[in-house]
Amino acid sequence: MNAVLLRISAFSQLLRNHGFVAGLGECADAARIIAELDSQRPADLRSAFKALFCSRVSDWKEFDELFNSFWLGSGMKNLLKVGGASPVSSQSTLSPMAGKTTGQNDTSELADQISGSAGQEIEDGGTGKSEGASSTETSGHTDFRKIADPMELAKAHAAAAQLAKAMRTRLTRRDRARAKGRRIDLRATIRHSVGHGGIPIELSFRQRKTRPLRLIVLLDASGSMQMYTAVFTRFIHGVLDSFHEAEAFVFHTRLAHISAAMKEKNATRALEHMSLMTQGVGGGTRIGESLATFNKWHAKRVLNSRSCVMILSDGYDTGTPEILARELKRLRQRCRRIAWLNPMMGWNGYKPDARAMQAALPYLDLFAPAHNLESLAALEPYLARL
Amino acid sequence: MSITLADLNKKLADAGYIADRELAMALHLMEILRRPLLLEGEAGVGKTEVANALAHVHGAKLIRLQCYEGLDRSEALYEWNYQRQLLAIQARNTPTNEDEIFSERYLLERPLLQSIRQEKPPVLLIDEIDRADEEFEAFLLELLSDFQVSIPELGTIKATSIPRVILTSNGTREISDALRRRCLYHYVDFPDVDREAAILQRRIPDIGATFALQIARALEKIRKEDLRKNPGVAETLDWAAALLGLNVKNLHSNPETVFDTMMCLIKTQEDKSRFTREVAERVLGKVA
Repeated sequence: MNAVLLRISAFSQLLRNHGFVAGLGECADAARIIAELDSQRPADLRSAFKALFCSRVSDWKEFDELFNSFWLGSGMKNLLKVGGASPVSSQSTLSPMAGKTTGQNDTSELADQISGSAGQEIEDGGTGKSEGASSTETSGHTDFRKIADPMELAKAHAAAAQLAKAMRTRLTRRDRARAKGRRIDLRATIRHSVGHGGIPIELSFRQRKTRPLRLIVLLDASGSMQMYTAVFTRFIHGVLDSFHEAEAFVFHTRLAHISAAMKEKNATRALEHMSLMTQGVGGGTRIGESLATFNKWHAKRVLNSRSCVMILSDGYDTGTPEILARELKRLRQRCRRIAWLNPMMGWNGYKPDARAMQAALPYLDLFAPAHNLESLAALEPYLARL
Repeated sequence: MSITLADLNKKLADAGYIADRELAMALHLMEILRRPLLLEGEAGVGKTEVANALAHVHGAKLIRLQCYEGLDRSEALYEWNYQRQLLAIQARNTPTNEDEIFSERYLLERPLLQSIRQEKPPVLLIDEIDRADEEFEAFLLELLSDFQVSIPELGTIKATSIPRVILTSNGTREISDALRRRCLYHYVDFPDVDREAAILQRRIPDIGATFALQIARALEKIRKEDLRKNPGVAETLDWAAALLGLNVKNLHSNPETVFDTMMCLIKTQEDKSRFTREVAERVLGKVA
């Protein structure tokens, strides 16, 4: 019997390495299953363990292979491949990308995509709208591109993170400050009426608790956005850190879910995590395809009726605008608002004439600049109205 | 253990539910381990049906709680019957004893409370748990581990029988790991060809084995067409019934009718425009 217990705990160890949630309770139940099940055929045992140990779809799809290799000794190769215990977090973050559930090769594939750039020509164009501001004072007015001093940059980063936090607190406070509700709370009213001999003199009201907004940030990490990515990443870090419900994705030629990597408390470490995933920055941007991936694999889980999708991108798209328009339309049906923040809008004389931008405009609720901290801060009242 | 795996399978079939091996095992484990079962899967694969079948197998009552955003304790657990309380207070016209007002007589049982106060263990179906709020999920977790409810005015009510609990989720929201861990898990997929044919024959007895198989094969192909909303088993049954009603006994015999009735399977405008006559012909062409 002891040998069986040992095998079970080794099996649960293997499952844990693969991101399953398998604790002592499950092991004890597994032992019980072996003891009590009337059939000891491997297939039955597999179904039983499957129901017990799996807790989500990804587990479900992976389980059979793991079971077979552990208990039946087949497919050992696969076991070795992942035996090196790749960190679970990065695995689960990358796996939904592009719909492939393997997830193992995705980082290397990302790294391969250093291709010719599109949209590079705008690098030298335009000057900041708020040029008059002195760059020595707070970096609030300064275009992110123009901050060269590393100290200043660090300040801008911190301010971005701070701003994200401030947004969160202000949004929450507004929710609490609501006036009396419109439904009568009969329970409380009756309670109060007992003292008046059953006559409900004091009415109590109730209002359904308003729940805070959920913010989903999609960051364009392509070459043309290079100057802004770092600051926006800090902003995202702040958002994820302080919002109750928030998710973040990065895209260039494909989409990566970065929430888990960014949950890292230390912002610099989080940045490192993320830069690993976004290697290949500098390739073209496929906004439409990335949105399609988002719609297909993440939208259902991530979006609800109180979601605001915030796209941070310059709108230079190497894909076809038709796909972008179609995917934005789909996205529109699923969330409350779409806000597109374009850092280039802060430049003098910028017109959204990129074809992709033209295709996207009809589906946006807000199209606003985001080239400095002020413009990010200006968003807060808009978000609060949701 | 009251019922063996083979028995369970047979009884499920009697109840009109054709279960695959893994599902039968999961239901069997519910008995052994006394854990709730979490069913996930796309809409229309028959998750809710599992609970019906299970209730039938055990000859138990099915109590259903449909979740939605904003569901709270007063809708799910219990509520006082305020109208009656008010009337009672008014009718006495004397200072009323509070205990009397907050007694069983004035208590409205909602599904959760109802399910733990049955004499015989019922099947409790908590449908679409992902639509409820996180707070409710946490509360449910507590109930599922203690099976007791405390009502401030009445005291603690202990379960007279532990219900068999089935939870379903459509993936509208990610449900918490704690709840997932508490439950057994089964992912309900679209049935394979044989199982779908079996379901068709079970539900529509006059369909005939060959036609059922043909329809099941067509559905298998249609689900590969990358539609936005894949047709579920219910749609298959509708389609088969429609075809039979129009006296079509072979998918190749009357292409016009077959194509027109295929709209039973398509549920969005987008899919409708994508699922053209050519696509339909290609799909049917592959079905022997």
